[in-house]
Amino acid sequence: MSDKSNSKMKSQVSSTTRRGALKTLALGAGAASLPMWARYAQASTSEPIKIGFQVHRTGIGAAYGRWYGRTTEAAVKLINEGGGINGRMVEIVAEDDGTDPKRGAEVVEKFANQHGCDVGFGTLFSHVVIGSSPRAGELKLPYFVVSEGHHVASGMLNRYTLQPGITDVKSQVQAMAPFVAENLGKKVTMIFPDFAFGHDHRDFFTAAIEAQGGEVLEHIAIPPAETSFTKYFPKIPRETEVLYHVMVGPAVLTFVKELGEFFGPSRPEIFGFIDSLEAVDIASPGLEYLEGTYFWEGNPRNAQEDQSAHDKFYREAVGVDARGASVNDPSDVSTYAHMFGCWETMHVIKAGMEAANYQGIGDRAALIEAVEAMGEMPESQAHPQGAKLFNGKTHQVFGHQYISKVEDGALKVVHKTSIEDGMYPDEVDYTTQGF
Amino acid sequence: MSGAGRIWGLHLGLIAVLFALQFLLPAYHHGNLARIMVLASYAVGYNILFGYTGLLSLGHALFFAAGMYGMGLGIQHGGLSPAPALVLGIGAGAVVSLALGLLALRTSGVAFMIVTLMFAQAGYLTILYFGEYTRGDEGFVIQSAQRVLWGIDLSEPSNRYFAALVLFAACLLLSLWLIRRPFGRTLIAIRENEERVRMLGYDTQAHKLGAMVISGTISAAAGAFYGLLFGYAGASFGAVPHSILPLLYVLLGGAGTILGPFMGALFMFYLIDLSSGVTTAHMLIAGVALVLLTLFAPQGIMGELRRRAFGWLP
Repeated sequence: MSDKSNSKMKSQVSSTTRRGALKTLALGAGAASLPMWARYAQASTSEPIKIGFQVHRTGIGAAYGRWYGRTTEAAVKLINEGGGINGRMVEIVAEDDGTDPKRGAEVVEKFANQHGCDVGFGTLFSHVVIGSSPRAGELKLPYFVVSEGHHVASGMLNRYTLQPGITDVKSQVQAMAPFVAENLGKKVTMIFPDFAFGHDHRDFFTAAIEAQGGEVLEHIAIPPAETSFTKYFPKIPRETEVLYHVMVGPAVLTFVKELGEFFGPSRPEIFGFIDSLEAVDIASPGLEYLEGTYFWEGNPRNAQEDQSAHDKFYREAVGVDARGASVNDPSDVSTYAHMFGCWETMHVIKAGMEAANYQGIGDRAALIEAVEAMGEMPESQAHPQGAKLFNGKTHQVFGHQYISKVEDGALKVVHKTSIEDGMYPDEVDYTTQGF
Repeated sequence: MSGAGRIWGLHLGLIAVLFALQFLLPAYHHGNLARIMVLASYAVGYNILFGYTGLLSLGHALFFAAGMYGMGLGIQHGGLSPAPALVLGIGAGAVVSLALGLLALRTSGVAFMIVTLMFAQAGYLTILYFGEYTRGDEGFVIQSAQRVLWGIDLSEPSNRYFAALVLFAACLLLSLWLIRRPFGRTLIAIRENEERVRMLGYDTQAHKLGAMVISGTISAAAGAFYGLLFGYAGASFGAVPHSILPLLYVLLGGAGTILGPFMGALFMFYLIDLSSGVTTAHMLIAGVALVLLTLFAPQGIMGELRRRAFGWLP
């Protein structure tokens, strides 16, 4: 064969492969997209109830998203084993929102208009909730968030957005103040990140501690993306009795280490929110300085001596050991203080649908009205974190909070607040809004 | 058909098709296309600076956010109705792009990219710093009742679609008209050989500043409309990834083509939407698509069409 024909053949082989690969890719993408182009058809009653799960699989919320996913799967498994909801199985339609409000809103549209979901569920990060909620309201999709943000109860959102499975930050912070003032001290210095989440803590805790006869001596706001904190510590007044910290993000390890270097053994009492250490082993090297300090926990990570049967059942169902880590991988620590919200919200959806005799998307308004009417939720398998009280006007649930002390690298509960400790006057009445 | 007739016919035809699609598309794709048209308008603005003038900015999220927050804060704190709020947002974008242009255009090449990136980051941090007004990273909702423009409820799907179409059509036709004017031709000449243009007696600095302001103002208009149509203003729209987005749209669709930004936005949106249903590594798929396109169609979708078959495409 001549060189010319050889090169021609090579060229043909090469171009065929390239085109073939592209064609295969195009065909694959087309085939994969086919079901997504199909128009939504009204579900018949034998079809499963579809719950659109807006999950932070990627982005800053990924660690939370992983555990929110596991908890949700466990709750759905239990519900389906018990016969589903109104005789229909529950199907989770999970979509990654990248922990991004723009994508979050698109995902909500996809749930409502593409997948034909009955409800949307499971969002954690506040900016995603706030970015998605307007679209949920416009699309008339009941949107059950598990965010702990004050955005629902503040009146910023709409009648279609509810938070029945986890308390909000205002309630949590307010409930901490009596314990802090009575047991740790009344002169507080606050260290918080200089963005909305930190500002909520600053505003709500300052008001709450003043109501207890205490005062905040200094507010120290840490700019976002800060990597070293040493220069902020000299701002802590000498007479500080309690250092209140709520740091989030990976810088928390540096924060704790530098705090230890600054204070040494003669430190004030330290009280923090576990949010920064969710999915982080409290016995990690570098966190030794937290020994003897206090944390807010939404739900105690370590199984306590007086663990309830409901917590035991829930813990096993999700696959979490007594230390709060995955039973399959002890280094995979859960987001135990928050993820119960998914379990409980899923059970609230079940209870609401059963109360409303929910049959299809035409009953969405009835579902919301049924949830609004719920009120008391006793501690049970459906509510393993504790009893709750749902405020139908503000669409926000209120519940117990836990304060734990770090002892021997474990979190030991030293105080459980009452539901009333976290209650505050209504700021909105969503029931006055139409459907 | 004359060259000009063919060109105007094509672009007006696209607008007509988009108008007709309003009545044909299922709800999900109807909503998506409204969003894509606003994002494509953002990319049209970007294309004027990058595609036609040859200036690669990494800070266009600053202009988008200026429009979004100018509009949003005007409604939220100024009690404005949507029309003056939109004007405020677009005006904010014009002022910010003029200021950034005066500073950043003292540099060129990589330095221009870095300066624009840094200013955009400063803008993002400013949004966080004034969290009392902007609600920082959380952002704020623009309620349905605040989104009624001249009696038209923009939270209603067909009104939203039509408003997005009006914005997109205005941006598309403006860019087409501009590029066919002597001003636009000078921008293209600057992209090709700035030294030669200067030698011919043109004030290239003034032209580049003009391109910057037009580009920034269009991007701000897209930001203002985005906030108004989808009811939310948030800091993530001012962050670095949101500056990269229009660059990707323009590269995919074809830099320096009028229809490229729309094609890029459409392609990218559905690529991410479809691939995210299959895998969490959807950005990897977007990356692979970009690599493939760079290998096989380095001039983007419309650029390749122009090179292969339709040399008359503007």
